[in-house]
Amino acid sequence: MTPALRHAVIDAAAAALVAALLALPLLGFRLADSAQGLQLVTRLTWVPIAAGLVFAGRLGLLLAAPLWGRLLRQAPQGDLSVRGTNRRALLIGGALALGALILPLTPFGDRNLLDKATLLLIYVMLGWGLNIVVGLAGLLDLGYVAFYAVGAYSYALLAQHFGLSFWLCLPFAGLLAASFGILLGFPVLRLRGDYLAIVTLGFGEIIRVILLNWASLTGGPNGISGVPRPSFFGLPFVAHTPGNGSFHEVFGLAFSPNHRVTFLYYVILCLALLTNLFSLRIRRLPIGRAWEALREDEIACRSLGINPTTTKLSAFALGAMFAGLAGSFFATRQGFISPESFSFLESAVILAIVVLGGMGSQTGVVLAALLLVGLPEWFRDLQQYRMLAFGCAMVLIMLWRPRGLLAGRQPTIRLGADG
Amino acid sequence: MDNPILLAVEHLTMRFGGLVAIDDLSLAARQSEITAIIGPNGAGKTTFFNCLTGFYRPTAGHITLTPPEGGSWALHRMQGYRIAKTARVARTFQNIRLFAGMTVLENLLVAQHNRLMRASVWSLAGLLHLPVYRRAEGLAVEKARQWLKRIDLLDAADQPAGALPYGAQRRLEIARAMCSDPVLLCLDEPAAGLNPKESLALNDLLLDIRDNFGIGLLLIEHDMNVVMRISDHVVVLDYGARIADGNPDQVRRDPAVIRAYLGADEDEPLPPEVAADIAAPPC
Repeated sequence: MTPALRHAVIDAAAAALVAALLALPLLGFRLADSAQGLQLVTRLTWVPIAAGLVFAGRLGLLLAAPLWGRLLRQAPQGDLSVRGTNRRALLIGGALALGALILPLTPFGDRNLLDKATLLLIYVMLGWGLNIVVGLAGLLDLGYVAFYAVGAYSYALLAQHFGLSFWLCLPFAGLLAASFGILLGFPVLRLRGDYLAIVTLGFGEIIRVILLNWASLTGGPNGISGVPRPSFFGLPFVAHTPGNGSFHEVFGLAFSPNHRVTFLYYVILCLALLTNLFSLRIRRLPIGRAWEALREDEIACRSLGINPTTTKLSAFALGAMFAGLAGSFFATRQGFISPESFSFLESAVILAIVVLGGMGSQTGVVLAALLLVGLPEWFRDLQQYRMLAFGCAMVLIMLWRPRGLLAGRQPTIRLGADG
Repeated sequence: MDNPILLAVEHLTMRFGGLVAIDDLSLAARQSEITAIIGPNGAGKTTFFNCLTGFYRPTAGHITLTPPEGGSWALHRMQGYRIAKTARVARTFQNIRLFAGMTVLENLLVAQHNRLMRASVWSLAGLLHLPVYRRAEGLAVEKARQWLKRIDLLDAADQPAGALPYGAQRRLEIARAMCSDPVLLCLDEPAAGLNPKESLALNDLLLDIRDNFGIGLLLIEHDMNVVMRISDHVVVLDYGARIADGNPDQVRRDPAVIRAYLGADEDEPLPPEVAADIAAPPC
């Protein structure tokens, strides 16, 4: 037995011992519901199985360590500017956009898939919006879901009280969310990093608690139901209207509930692509460069005459605006909103999408959203192990690609070939 | 004939609690001249720069900038970024502050932020890709290209600024400051960490800026090779106060300066080898 092997076996045995100790109360005993009330069931056979699994796993891991180390070393540590990454990201992005565009026409494009894709696209759009704030301007925002909530509630309330249509409310919701972004931005201008994260976290909670407690306006925990569904430029998606004016009647189609699902899918696809185009474009404008410069060095920015106040506020406002747009889409899709949909977990997921995708990378956000939102949706059958797998996946990604899936910043302008 | 006065500092005082960093300092800097500010460590040179460029608000005193195109700015009353934006005072930093992750070219474009921002109509024209913005961007890139040629970094334009060698980063920081079209350029130890060859190139660059752009330069420097060769005017600070003022030769012979640097007592005569050194020509 070589010393390395002996060391690995001892290490694995220690791990197995710890696992056995932990497994005894966690797996060994179980409360079962029976006719006589709760009963303690012992499953002591599970304990050695768990310990054995841990032993084998740990041993395997240690023996594979040299290989493992080589793999990690090979992982690109994120060059500052890589042309290859750039082209690959563009290729992946184009393919994804094309796929998304023709998805409803393909045979797999059934209602179930489109529903999931719509949900996914909401997160993609939120990720792109947050990318402006976190990825470009470098302002760590943990309360992003607050602006999403503002957008959702402003559409729901405007539609309920004033009967305004979705398309009319959409810009309103965006503007309202943007003004909330400025409202949050003002007090936190001096803060950076961790401190900023804590204050934005608080802001997100404040909005949620207000929604929960201002029952006369927001309906409190009951939320708002009966939020109007969007219409196809005035043509509703219903089976029958008095004047034969619903979508399928005008276009001479048979009524199908799938029409609305497909329509909603295209609406969010357009909104998300708009967000994407906007951020790609604005990144190459002076304001976008000023955001990145501010992220790198605020003092140098001031010495060059860049106003840090307006620059930061504009990042907050624009990021919030896109969350507001996504929020009002969410409200019209669900038809029902309540504060429960806007918990801190949502902010965390959106931030995780941005970080995992690689800060500032647009295609990275899509891939990360697929991983973080898409996969858990598809693997609902795994039940409680779903979140375990989710956590493992996140840890693995961060080990292999510490700077995100598609790390690497591409310059906004080149001297060689302008544009 | 003297050049017109660009910057006038009168009775400037900066206190941090009980510590007087700058004590009733008055000095003037002229257009098309290099004014060096020297002094032992802790004399208040960088504090003076921070007051001048709005990072500190002076406790008392006036700083007046009179640009050649007329008007005047009371810098002691202006907000930090406005001093750079409106009064057009640019500066570099003792420890280089480039945007390390951005490319060299992007660094020079960020310096032209305010002009580009106006041209892009606060991003609207830029988002729509209107010709008015494209033209302004083209001009900005051209200006950056000129500067890159001047500091000999044209080939590195698309590299991240943080990847450049130290001397190149120093030059780039000066070019970035110049891209913001200043009337006064404040350089905080630009020769620190440069080798003798780079230091000579820096001299040429600074003289070139003085002669071809007609702006005033303020220079904090410890490297006497730089100070004595290129300065038109030298101000010596010690404990926040001005102890000498004049052209390099006058300052070199000033007993008060030598005492400040060598730490001799006020009434003590200078040691003979120092006295001999003073008389010798610059090395």
